[in-house]
Amino acid sequence: MSDPMSKPSHSPARNTKVMNRFDLTSKLVAKLKHDEAVIGGIGNTNFDLWAAGHRPQNFYMLGSMGLAFPIALGVALAQPKRRVFALEGDGSLLMQMGCLSTIATLAPKNLCMIVMDNGIYQITGAQPTPAAGVSDIVAIAAGCGIGNSAWAADEEDFERLIDRSLSASGPTLIAARIDDKPGVGTTRRDPVQIRERFMLGLGVRQALG
Amino acid sequence: MASAKRPTPPHEEAPRENAWHEVVLETFKRNDIRLVPYVPDRVLTTLIRNIHADPFFTTFPTAREEEAVGIVSGAWMGGMRGAVLMQTSGFATLANVLASLALPYQIPLIMLVSERGTLGEFNYGQSLVCRTMRPVLDSLAMEHHTATRLDQFEFIVDRSIKQAIATQAPVALILSPLLTGGKVFEK
Repeated sequence: MSDPMSKPSHSPARNTKVMNRFDLTSKLVAKLKHDEAVIGGIGNTNFDLWAAGHRPQNFYMLGSMGLAFPIALGVALAQPKRRVFALEGDGSLLMQMGCLSTIATLAPKNLCMIVMDNGIYQITGAQPTPAAGVSDIVAIAAGCGIGNSAWAADEEDFERLIDRSLSASGPTLIAARIDDKPGVGTTRRDPVQIRERFMLGLGVRQALG
Repeated sequence: MASAKRPTPPHEEAPRENAWHEVVLETFKRNDIRLVPYVPDRVLTTLIRNIHADPFFTTFPTAREEEAVGIVSGAWMGGMRGAVLMQTSGFATLANVLASLALPYQIPLIMLVSERGTLGEFNYGQSLVCRTMRPVLDSLAMEHHTATRLDQFEFIVDRSIKQAIATQAPVALILSPLLTGGKVFEK
């Protein structure tokens, strides 16, 4: 049996461009004009969301690996008129793949899930995930019942898929192959302030005085 | 009749007011707990069926208890109150999400845990995992109560929900077999 550490971290089978997480996250944030909520998954995913420009409608996870999509689903159910985006890493999604079936069943039309797939646990030392090179996240999502699931072929296609999700009639999943670069910024690790600002941003709380 | 000599479990002695599951449903409604994701348990069957039948609630199964905790956490931040239903072995999967989401972000996570592993358990693994539940809750200094009596149950559920929301802190309500009858061994 070959050494799994020697496997390439990207599947050779897909004809999709290897992009950059911070660049894609910045492109997403630039498109948000209606106070859309964005949930950033643990680690580099929310570091890049933080670095792309702080918004009160951003929520940054400092733990609970794998829960970006479930948290986003909760926001989407609570506020059906607001569009909700969730950014998640491939390793994180592997921890909580069952949520794709839950989301497919509930089918909130205001939820768009984005998977940043580099095939590695970048933040722990770039070890390959068990799925690297063999599992197709879009096929998994489609198999779970998320009909609007697609790989972004390149940056332009990513932006087109984001635009399309804004008027989708069901949940959307967009997967993007990304490089192995670490996050550009570092989220300030203040969970109470993150949560309170997010609730202010969603109009659930009013600012004191 | 010989059957009259059978010791009556306390849950059957209570006056014929609401059953425990009716207390949960009504107390949820009174406190505007609308979102109820769950991982099912035999003891919770009637409660889950009745919550599904009531249009007040948004309720659905999740693949894991941790997922349900994420969902109600997001919903609470979005202005919708929720509670998670599970059994003891499901609670045992939650230490990480309690320590990294519910507690540090000060989220009033409300959990109802049907207690297996005690008072007539027939599966050794269930009795072992049950012993981890209160030490985990205590190690995180979390509020928790074990409901054993129907006459106190509404007070415990109602006050615990109100305290969780007012103090922005999670709470676990453990439903003892003394309250629910538990799950019994049948061939």
